[in-house]
Amino acid sequence: MPAAPMTSAATVGDLVSQPYRYGFVTDIETEKIAKGLSEDVVRLISSKKEEPAFLLDFRLRAYRQWLQMEEPDWAAIGHPPIDYQNIIYYAAPKQQAKKASLDEVDPKLLETFEKLGIPLSEQKRLSNVAVDAVFDSVSIATTYKEKLAEHGVIFCSISEAVKDHAELIERYLGTVVPSNDNYFAALNSAVFSDGSFVFIPKGVACPMDLSTYFRINSGDTGQFERTLIVAEAGASVSYLEGCTAPMFDTNQLHAAVVELVTLEDASIKYSTVQNWYAGDENGVGGIYNFVTKRGQCRGDRSHISWTQVETGSAITWKYPSCVLQGADSIGEFYSVALTNNRQQADTGTKMIHVGPRTRSTIVSKGISAGHSSNSYRGLVQIGPKAVGARNYSQCDSMLIGDQAAANTYPYIRSQQPDARIEHEASTCRMSADQLFYLQSRGIGFEEAVSMMVSGFCRDVFNQLPMEFAAEADKLLALKLEGSVG
Amino acid sequence: MIRSDAPVLLEIRDLRASVEEQPILKGVSLTIRAGEIHAVMGRNGSGKSTLSKVLAGHPAYRVIGGSVLYRGEDLLALEPEQRARIGLFLGFQYPVEIPGVSNLEFLRVATNARRQQQGHDELDTFAFEDLVHERLKVVQMDPAFLERSVNEGFSGGEKKRNEILQMALLEPLVAILDETDSGLDIDALRIVAGGVNHLASADNATLLITHYQRLLDVITPDYVHVMAAGRILRTGGKELALELEESGYDWVDAEIERLEATLAPGIALEVG
Ligand SMILES: Nc1ncnc2c1ncn2[C@@H]1O[C@H](COP(=O)(O)OP(=O)(O)OP(=O)(O)O)[C@@H](O)[C@H]1O
Ligand SMILES: [Mg+2]
Repeated sequence: MPAAPMTSAATVGDLVSQPYRYGFVTDIETEKIAKGLSEDVVRLISSKKEEPAFLLDFRLRAYRQWLQMEEPDWAAIGHPPIDYQNIIYYAAPKQQAKKASLDEVDPKLLETFEKLGIPLSEQKRLSNVAVDAVFDSVSIATTYKEKLAEHGVIFCSISEAVKDHAELIERYLGTVVPSNDNYFAALNSAVFSDGSFVFIPKGVACPMDLSTYFRINSGDTGQFERTLIVAEAGASVSYLEGCTAPMFDTNQLHAAVVELVTLEDASIKYSTVQNWYAGDENGVGGIYNFVTKRGQCRGDRSHISWTQVETGSAITWKYPSCVLQGADSIGEFYSVALTNNRQQADTGTKMIHVGPRTRSTIVSKGISAGHSSNSYRGLVQIGPKAVGARNYSQCDSMLIGDQAAANTYPYIRSQQPDARIEHEASTCRMSADQLFYLQSRGIGFEEAVSMMVSGFCRDVFNQLPMEFAAEADKLLALKLEGSVG
Repeated sequence: MIRSDAPVLLEIRDLRASVEEQPILKGVSLTIRAGEIHAVMGRNGSGKSTLSKVLAGHPAYRVIGGSVLYRGEDLLALEPEQRARIGLFLGFQYPVEIPGVSNLEFLRVATNARRQQQGHDELDTFAFEDLVHERLKVVQMDPAFLERSVNEGFSGGEKKRNEILQMALLEPLVAILDETDSGLDIDALRIVAGGVNHLASADNATLLITHYQRLLDVITPDYVHVMAAGRILRTGGKELALELEESGYDWVDAEIERLEATLAPGIALEVG
């Protein structure tokens, strides 16, 4: 049978471009500092947060490094130059110091999170997940803190941690992602606002999933969160990150840094469902997402697993990585990146094998629709001491319509002749014949598209914690919703 | 079984369709009543699959003339999924593979879409498993195929059986089976044909597209139609198939030539 032309391309395209559901703005009085970045601004942020000297030094060093650096240009993305002096580096809803109890939090904020599907109040909060809710530059509430404390687990905003657990912060901050690691990491290190801190003490399996929900509200504010998760020997935790932002026709910069540390036999499972505003169909507005995420398996037999579902942002520049230092340590990266319209994603991972018998798995699923561009960029590096190291990589791309682009850039560097590295890649196009086959069995067009997309992503969705798997499924369905015509 | 008072299920009148601006169907007319089994035969490329896909609503084919009534309703106005839900079924000549989509889940969603249309309750996972295991017997298919992705890596014959399994689950009123017999081994042919016979009743109708008498030996057609160059050139009883087996399609050329000449005398004159 001759291949049927992709006559449904336009229709599928329409389908993936459904309106963004989290585009509302919360009308709340905000304290903002003046636009622009300078050493004074860095000092101002630090003083507003009443930080100890070591942290101000850390910030200033990073700022000076940043001044010497240049924005990277190797990724397959394009955007007008970012004017770093036209960004506000600190914005916080006006309310006095963090509230001891949720009842004192501005109801508007609670309402906002409830609207986003993250109820925080005692009665409604999610039963099995502790949530840290971050609004613009500040964490406004963290649930289940006391319960977690009973197990010795620390879960709080990084600002609080700086005050209450300064020695831990000083010991670990910047040790996985040094402040001069890259341009955006340096910027973040200089001006980071808030984010979450997690500490799981020796031998403790965290009794519930932990989750941070990031909400950008202001239109001219940059978002620079910083997350640090430490799992001591034998400890384990599953952490979830979610994010949304209102629709503005300007671009907001989001430059986060996430650092994970696992000691012997510890494990961290880090899952993200990223749904920042992606801009409109012509590419106006949307978040520029430049994120540095890295985990270090310091201890033997430790395990770090990244799972990400990237559906939003105008630009995604993100490579959650693992440094596998401890012998027999394991790194994993499971990713779904969906781009539509004019979205650009350049995402992937780095697996740095240092210790002997270290293993890593990479499963990347890119879905490109509309005029979007979706690149996988991954590095597998096997060092001279990584005897018996193994890697398995699988990179699949699915194209919807004939205007979208998918690229795969796998880099392999091995200094170990006996390392086993396997790489598989595939590209498929969602064909009109496949859709028609499902339709001819009574399955509606939208559901057919959604079934195929979920099927394509299954290997990754299977890795998500239950709560998030449902959310991811819903999110993709949402992204795929629209009129058939 | 022919009963002149049986309700008309499908009424195709002078159907014309093109693909990529190329006319393929050039006026097909065909009436199918409940209880009937029709066979459509014809050379490769004569338009048999095109007819089946136009009826099912494939977006690549454009209807440029004629009409199709399904139980009195304008079939061509409906989306493909709607046609399926009201009981039209197409067993594909080349069933596509859909990686990642579980066969079981696919069958369940499809079955429920049809059931919902009929006003039946949706079947939950357990109820559906019972049903599907019962229907698997119709085609003597290994339940292991339920666990795989839709048609992925299935052999040619296994794909065809999976088509008949779908038919058994959807219980269509009009089933169009496009060369379901091609690629089947002798046993499989008997099983599939048995399944089709088993599903055929006085209330539904079957349109078999085939090249081979051996299928019609096991499924006896009430009518045999010969398609050529986008038209139904001749209609007869089951003997017509035997005749074709004997004498092939050579007579078709002469007849087509005559037909085209009467339909487009201007062109014929120029050529002459
Ligand atoms: N999507 C398409 N694009 C281009 N040409 C097509 C398309 N579909 C059908 N055709 C052409 O239409 C004509 C009829 O094809 P069709 O598949 O209906 O034949 P058929 O009678 O089913 O043949 P066979 O016995 O080989 O299955 C052929 O010439 C074919 O090449
Ligand atoms: Mg055919």
